Amino acid sequence: MTTPSRPSLPLLKNPWIAPLLALVIAYGVVPFLSGSYVFDAILTPFLVLSLAGVGLNLLTGYTGQLSLGSAAFMAVGAFAAFNFNLRIPGLPLVASILLAGASAALIGIVFGLPSLRLKGFYLAVSTLAIQFFVQWALTKFGWFSNNSPSGVIDAPPLHVLGISFDSAVGRYLFTLTIVTILTALSWRLVTTRTGHHFIAVRDHELAAKVLGVPILRTKLLAFGLSSFIIGVAGALWAFAYLRTVESAGFNLDRSFQIVFIIIIGGLATIRGSFLGAALIVVFPLILSRLGSFLLGNIFNSGVLEMSQRIVLGTLIILFLIAEPNGLAALLERLKRRIPLLS
Amino acid sequence: MPTWAWYKKNKTNKFIVMSDFDWLFFSEVLVGGLLAGVMYSLVAIGFVLVYKTSGVFNFAQGSMVLFAALTFVSLVERGVSFPLALMATFALMTLLGLTIERTVLRPLVNQPPITLFMATLGLSYIIEGGAQLLWGAQVHGLELGIDDTPLEISGMLISKFDLIAAGISAAMVALLTAFFRYTRIGLSFRAAADDTLAALTIGLKLPRIWGAVWAAAGLVSIVAGLLWGARLGVQFSLSLVVLKALPVLVLGGFDSILGVIIGGLLIGALEKVSEVYIGPFFGGGIETWFAYVIALAFLLIRPAGLFGQKLIERA
Repeated sequence: MTTPSRPSLPLLKNPWIAPLLALVIAYGVVPFLSGSYVFDAILTPFLVLSLAGVGLNLLTGYTGQLSLGSAAFMAVGAFAAFNFNLRIPGLPLVASILLAGASAALIGIVFGLPSLRLKGFYLAVSTLAIQFFVQWALTKFGWFSNNSPSGVIDAPPLHVLGISFDSAVGRYLFTLTIVTILTALSWRLVTTRTGHHFIAVRDHELAAKVLGVPILRTKLLAFGLSSFIIGVAGALWAFAYLRTVESAGFNLDRSFQIVFIIIIGGLATIRGSFLGAALIVVFPLILSRLGSFLLGNIFNSGVLEMSQRIVLGTLIILFLIAEPNGLAALLERLKRRIPLLS
Repeated sequence: MPTWAWYKKNKTNKFIVMSDFDWLFFSEVLVGGLLAGVMYSLVAIGFVLVYKTSGVFNFAQGSMVLFAALTFVSLVERGVSFPLALMATFALMTLLGLTIERTVLRPLVNQPPITLFMATLGLSYIIEGGAQLLWGAQVHGLELGIDDTPLEISGMLISKFDLIAAGISAAMVALLTAFFRYTRIGLSFRAAADDTLAALTIGLKLPRIWGAVWAAAGLVSIVAGLLWGARLGVQFSLSLVVLKALPVLVLGGFDSILGVIIGGLLIGALEKVSEVYIGPFFGGGIETWFAYVIALAFLLIRPAGLFGQKLIERA
């Protein structure tokens, strides 16, 4: 039009369009659509797991350090948020959630130290240490759970600046806002110099060292930031989704679940974490509906759990074989097929 | 029997503590730990076999242990005789190994190690789910006909079962060593592990070797499954023995059978001793993570591990 010499970018190809559109729908349309079940059972856990996926992706996808202890950082986040909220009266909820993230980051940095010496699977196995240690410490020392006899504590109500977020939609919006902010920051981060340092360390550590990338600082920063985000996700998991704080849910299976999310979604993509989390959250629901519909009463909870494991395992292997770069790459390929988008 | 906690409580003089230290009890704990360590190595050896030859970190080893034990015990419960059940289980594990190689690993050849690891993680979900769907999720007792009466050796009480289990493990390691050293297929395993490209060049059929390795890992998991199953009962938690084997692997090196044996002994002994003498200070239950801390602390001092390749960094 006014500048015919420069071919204008097609509107839909702008990288900002898809996330903005998603946000507009998430804030403007979704809250008016469905019943509370959809928010409590699907949307809120989906958002929290996506955030955890984004956090792990910074560490594993971008920096190349495989961690199998994500659930431990979630647990640290959840219990730290609970304790900050409990022991410092008058501390705003958001502040205790952020402090919880900072606590997780601190522990992440400490447990990131071995990454300087250990690589690959040796590191991955070492991250299991934190998984078991944190779970042990949280159940062993009553102080963390304020000496609650069952180890299960009710989460405090969600109040921010006098506004209550204690309805299903409220919890969803609360989660959505925090997830959006942290995701946007991560999205920015990976395009900065620091983000490039992450990728350089992943792709060739020696070359990165030669080029002057501070390996120690980069790795510890990745561990810290990733743990911060995962810690906040843990606090949200306890406060906004489960509404109880307990260590049992933050077990090894949860850690693997988050690893699955980023593998299925796609390593080193932010949107992959969301796609992977969507699949992981929705798929068991579909399977249980499908199972009870097809097989009726034979499909008891035991059989359901086993077949869920089998289908999940099969799905992962199929994904790895068919599309090792995950759902994000699949989406990219689909987009190229549609002429309007390419 | 006096422990450190007891001495602390009674405010005993340190000098008296030393002379009063119950060495007999200590050696009993130590030997018990060493024997438990052999059981850890047993699971770890299955990892080493697969990792050494194909570079796959096989997380499904634990679920294979569960599958083997569950199959065996279910067959025996259905009236199949002991040797027949053993043979049937071995046949099934071989079949499983070959199937895994053909359907999961071959399509993923040349993928980065993390992808292969993820695939075995998926595999462990499938095998765990499948085993329990097939044979049921209830707990089975497994009676191997070894009585578990304590044996008295120079004043120490040692579990007979643990001794026999250690003996069986030692026999298996000897068998594996002989196999790797003297048989044609064993040598080709080592060739493939040493230099994949060179092995291909001289005409070794890598897929066949990998299939055989997975079958061998299946055999190891039968032995591990039966011994662990007799100890813990055959149930879902049996697949968690994999978590006991991982620190042993980190300590001993993913590619060294000798390493994981010594690593297993070391971790077993340290774990038991610390559980008895240090554990009470923490209120017990430290065994879930203590082995990992031992392995980590050791590697921070000596990054090359016990017997792994002498690299500056573990890669």
